[in-house]
Parts: sequence; structure tokens; C-alpha cells
Amino acid sequence: MAAEIAINITKTFPGRTTISAQVSYPLQQATALVLFGPSGSGKTTVIRSIAGLEWPEQGTIRFISRTWLDTRSGIRVSPQERQIGYMPQEYALFPTYTVKGNIAYGLDALSAVDRKKRVEELVDLFQLRGLEEAKPHELSGGQQQRVALARAVAPRPQLLLLDEPLSALDLPTRLQLRGELRSLLKQLALPSIIVTHDWTEALTLGDVVAVMGNGQILQVGPPQEVFTRPRDAEVAQIVGVETVVEGHVIEKAYGLVTVRINGTTLQGLGSDDIGSPVFVCIRAEDVVLEEAGSGTTSARNHLGGKVIDITPHGVMVQVKIDCGFPLVAMITRGAQEELHLEPGSPIVAVIKAGAVHLVPRSV
Amino acid sequence: MALLLIGLPIAYWLTFSKWRWKFLIESIVALPLVLPPTVLGFYILVAIGPHSPIGRLYSDVVGQALPFSFQGLLFASILYSMPFAVQPFATAFEQVDRKLIETSWTLGLSKLKTFFKLIMPLSTAGLITGAVLSFAHTLGEFGVVLMVGGNIEGVTRTVSIDIYDEVQALNYAGAAQTALFLLIVSYSILLLIYAMNRKVWAVWPQK
Repeated sequence: MAAEIAINITKTFPGRTTISAQVSYPLQQATALVLFGPSGSGKTTVIRSIAGLEWPEQGTIRFISRTWLDTRSGIRVSPQERQIGYMPQEYALFPTYTVKGNIAYGLDALSAVDRKKRVEELVDLFQLRGLEEAKPHELSGGQQQRVALARAVAPRPQLLLLDEPLSALDLPTRLQLRGELRSLLKQLALPSIIVTHDWTEALTLGDVVAVMGNGQILQVGPPQEVFTRPRDAEVAQIVGVETVVEGHVIEKAYGLVTVRINGTTLQGLGSDDIGSPVFVCIRAEDVVLEEAGSGTTSARNHLGGKVIDITPHGVMVQVKIDCGFPLVAMITRGAQEELHLEPGSPIVAVIKAGAVHLVPRSV
Repeated sequence: MALLLIGLPIAYWLTFSKWRWKFLIESIVALPLVLPPTVLGFYILVAIGPHSPIGRLYSDVVGQALPFSFQGLLFASILYSMPFAVQPFATAFEQVDRKLIETSWTLGLSKLKTFFKLIMPLSTAGLITGAVLSFAHTLGEFGVVLMVGGNIEGVTRTVSIDIYDEVQALNYAGAAQTALFLLIVSYSILLLIYAMNRKVWAVWPQK
């Protein structure tokens, strides 16, 4: 089933940036489109407009062959008729209902028998056995998230909308659930649109990333492409990570993980299992360049390579290096002159293990 | 009961409407709070009297005039006690998180169904308060009743008017009895509301 979502909307808020977002993208069976951007960039307004909870002054929203909104011809499809699963920030579980009651809430159209069957199915899928009769306030953050997701998918929606699905959780839970959410989404085989301000979530969850800034969608593409090849300085600044390469974990000891990227190895902090595929992410500011052949430092990673390209960025220069994989470093003009850097110069890139971020990816 | 049926939609509308002139209706609903009961009673009497369109329509349909009848009294009581029902309702609705309501909509539930399945159970405390408070207030009202209902034994004589009559007749013992009865009833009702509200909050800690 090939489906497409096409959004072209304008919404103004008094005293704030006007939201003016255009995006259209084919959503395959399990495609996750991530709307990524800093807070205040308009992500939530866009997803709420798709849900039908916010009415843009102008524009159109189409999903597959249906028009949900067309201000010119006055089409306004209500949220009830859009067949979506929506999970708001902080989940909004219904406090007077049990876990079961929450999941069954949207299943009024089913007969009592079918409803019971569907609830049982979801309780199993989302590992909520034993919690069926619990009230929302008795659940942990992670459990609440699973209930909210189960409730959203129970009526078999055509599209899943998740607004900051992980930000209500504490950090350790968030890291753990990031991967879990990804595999759940794949299992559900539902197209989804996910809002997040966290670039690690964007990388893990997204098949496609749409970068938002100042109320506009600036760039759309596969996550790795958007992160490593930002269209302009604005996108680069929002994304903030210049190097994203694919690697595999080959060793793991004492919180230190060794990853292999095209024959080069790097050490980073993490607890990913051996053999698991990861994105290796390094910010350009965290890369130190030194002359080839100088001494040992405390940093774990010393990578020999060659300068490919130098681009000035204000008082800084951005240096692209080939050290088995493409690496981007940001140094000052003074440092560039001292090191006599020009395309082709041999160089050693030094990166502390703490600056190597590992983000799980799916194959 | 009648008040509950009329008060709920008004409170819902007051809470969720984005209409800019909403405050006009809000103040009209609250008007009986500040207006002397005799003023309100006078206007109601004129409004439902045989010379007004409403009064004529009613007597044409039912074949009986509104003033000085039980139905007329009911109508007046509804208007007069409206703020006591609507305001607790509206406050309770306002405290329901918008996000819950919106989520309910996306799950395919109409606004009406959302109201019964979600908003009502979440505002039980406010609903009970409003219902009981307006009932108690209706029980004790005087001015409006006297104006609209007259004072017809067995038809439109209310408890508070009864006390007034007894005092006029210098029957202090009878008045004291009825007054004590009213005092006890009112106090027990308030006692019940406050006790119940406390329990409700303890069972469902909000947020």
C-alpha cells in the first residue's frame, strides 16, 4: 500500500513566528517520518494540525487519497473521522479508567466480544499482562507510554501521530525505550509521524527526517543524509552533529565500546551489545586536529587521515577529513594557519571517547 | 433535576466555547446572584404572564396559565438557581485537561460521547456540588417564589414562605420548628458536599 502525506499549511499565532510548513512524502507501510527541530519551531502545531486539533488559517492536508483540510474549498475533516492514532505529550491517559479501559476506549464500534479480543491482543503485544486493572497513576513512565500507544493503535488507525513520545521519561528509561519503540513501530507496520527535539531519537526512530526551524520545514531526507549533508547553515546548526557514519560494535568492556567503521576502529562510551549496528555521531567541535607524528594524549582515538576540503565559517573553518570514513572538524582560523592545513595535508584527528556518541540503528 | 438538564449544556458551552461575546451570557447566568429576588421575580412574572408571548404560548398549548402555578414556580426556580448549578459545573469542566478531551476525539468519539464517557466521570465532584447546592438553594428561596408562585396552600407554598406566614400569624413555635428543619437540612447537605469532595480528591489525586 503506497500512501502519501502532503501538507501545506500556514498558521499564525499572535506574537509568535508564523508557522508555514510544506512537506509531502510517500509513507510506505511502516515508514516513520520524524519532525525534528528545537522547541518553538512549530513541530507540535504541524502534528496537531494533522490530527485535526489545530486549524491552520490556510492550506491543505492530504493523506493517501483523502483530503483532510482544504481551506479554499472549505473542507475540514474532524479529528474523529480521520482514523488516526494520536499520542500527545505526557500521554494523557484517562485517569478514571483502568489500563484495559484506556485501551478499549476507542473501540465503541466493536461488539463486546471483538472488543475484548482486541484488548487482549494489545495487552500481549505491549507487554501489559498483570497491569490490566491498574489505574494510570499507578504505572511507571515506560508503562504509561506503552498504554498510550496501545490505546492509540487499538482502533486500527491508518496513521500514527506521536508527539514527543519519549521526552516525558527519565534518561535511563528513555535510552532503553528508544530501541523498543522503534521495533514496536516496525511490528505494527503503520506509517507514523513522530515529533522530537532530540537528535538521537530522530536518528533511531526515523526513516525520514524533516528538519524544522522558525516555523518552516527546511530539509527532508533520510536521517543520515540530513545530518551529514545539511542544506544550509541553519539546518546544520539545528542538527548540530556533522559526522554520522554507520558502524558495528565489535568489543564492549567497562562501559567502553569499540566500533568498527570501514576498517577503522573507534572507542566510545556506551553499552550497546557486540555485533549491533549503530550510528557513530561526532560533533565537529569535539574533533581536535594535530600534526601527524606528535605524542600520546589522554584521548582514546587518534585517527590518521588526509584533509579533503576546507570551508570558512566566520572565525572558524570547517575541515573535512578522510580517515577511513568522512569526518568533519571545526577549528579556528589561527589553528588552520599554524598547522598549515590545505587540501591533501596529512593530519591526525583526536577524539575523546566521550565525544563519540553511539545511536542504535536498524538494518 | 430539570436544572441539571439545562445547566450541563450551558456549563459545557461556557467552558469550551471560543466565542468572543461569551462573557455576555456568562454575566446573564450569574445575574440572579446579585439581583434582589423580587426584581427577578417581577420580571419573570411579567414574562410568563398572560400578556407576554411566552405566557400566551404556554397557556395556548397547556391550557393553563403559568403564574401562580407549580409549573410557573418551577420555571422561576430554574432561572433563579441557575448560577448555583452552572458555576460549579463550569469550574469542574475547566479542570479537565484539554489534552484528554482531544485524545478522546482522535480516538473517534464524538463531542457528546466524550462528554459522557470522559468529562462527566472526571468532574463528579463539581457535578454533585452543583446539583446539591442548587437543590438546597431552591428549597430555601423566598422572594421569587412569593412573586411568581403567590402563596397557595399545597400548590406553591414553599418551606421558607411557610415560616414567614407563621411569624406573621405570631405562631413562633411553628416557625421555629420549620426553621430548625430547614437549618438542619441545609447544614447536612453542605456537610455531605464537603465530606464527599474531600474523599473524591483523596481517591483521584489530580496530576
